[in-house]
Amino acid sequence: MSAHDDNPAEFDTPLGGTAKVPTVAELFRGFLMLGLMGFGGVLPMIRRVMVEERRWQTPAEFNELLALCQFLPGANVANLAVIFGSRVCGVQGSAAALIGLLGAPVAIVLVIVSLYDRFDEYAPVRHLVTGLSAGAAGLILATALKIAKPLRNSPRALAVAAASFAALGLLRLPFLPSLCVILPASIALAGWSIRE
Amino acid sequence: MTHLVALVLIFAELSFLAIGGASTTLPAMERAIVDQEHWMSAAEFVRLFALAQAAPGPNMLAVTLFGWHVAGAAGAAAATLAFLLPACGLAYGVGHLWVRFRDRRWRRVVQAGLVPVTAGLMLAAGYLLVRGAATDWRAAVLAAMVLAGTLATKRHPLWFLGAAAIAGLAGFH
Repeated sequence: MSAHDDNPAEFDTPLGGTAKVPTVAELFRGFLMLGLMGFGGVLPMIRRVMVEERRWQTPAEFNELLALCQFLPGANVANLAVIFGSRVCGVQGSAAALIGLLGAPVAIVLVIVSLYDRFDEYAPVRHLVTGLSAGAAGLILATALKIAKPLRNSPRALAVAAASFAALGLLRLPFLPSLCVILPASIALAGWSIRE
Repeated sequence: MTHLVALVLIFAELSFLAIGGASTTLPAMERAIVDQEHWMSAAEFVRLFALAQAAPGPNMLAVTLFGWHVAGAAGAAAATLAFLLPACGLAYGVGHLWVRFRDRRWRRVVQAGLVPVTAGLMLAAGYLLVRGAATDWRAAVLAAMVLAGTLATKRHPLWFLGAAAIAGLAGFH
């Protein structure tokens, strides 16, 4: 493991501060570590590793990158790996970061599910996973409430969130047609309120 | 083979529709996998989601397990790649354009429009998962306790998952 032997070049970034440019191998190792460290999502860890520990990005650059990845559809961290990797080393960088991020977790989760498939007739295993399921469901609902909390002062945002919840959660309407109605309406309402 | 094609179609579409992250598509995944294709029960859907949460890595690993349950290793690969590649291809394609449109008014308006939809979809995901996980009153109480504990403290999510698993082991006889 020679993560620091390559002595990466340093350059002045347009946003101030210096960042180190990782090689393809360093990208792979960095995202491999990230994938293995993040429990309950990788996003909280990714800033610490990319900005504070490896200094691949300045805080301002990282915030920009994160905003872009949250703007685009798909898994946010996968997008982040692809875009950061491509900026550093093109397609190779994207592939190295993405495979590094997902390779080990996918292997681990497949081992877990194989064990579960094999032992799920044993009552203790079933009980364990029943408890785990209740916990995971409670965690996601808590995450959702945390995301919704900052909206509480905006009647527009609350109405849109309530409509989305009702359409997909309560009424179980089809996803694509629902989004085709809700998204343009929400964007139109946002445009109207930002103009004010 | 037909299952593989169906998996690819379902997850490739959701890849583009995953606004604000992978978890917002959980209601749509449940609808497709449980209600329409009848590949598993709502309780099994939650169990696979929970097993994915117990592993390290991004939240989207549940997709791998849904594919695994439907069609084994080939299903896991098909679902994972179908969910990843469309959105990642888009990210690869437009990532460098960001500096050109990040300060535009339409970008801010679109983002302001996306945020409340994301919140509503996450609430729907949480609601459906709790409904699927609450197979009896004890599981419902456990989910409520984790919910309250997460909102009231700053403990790591893994701590709550571990505590819930142990409570399940101890309490579900």
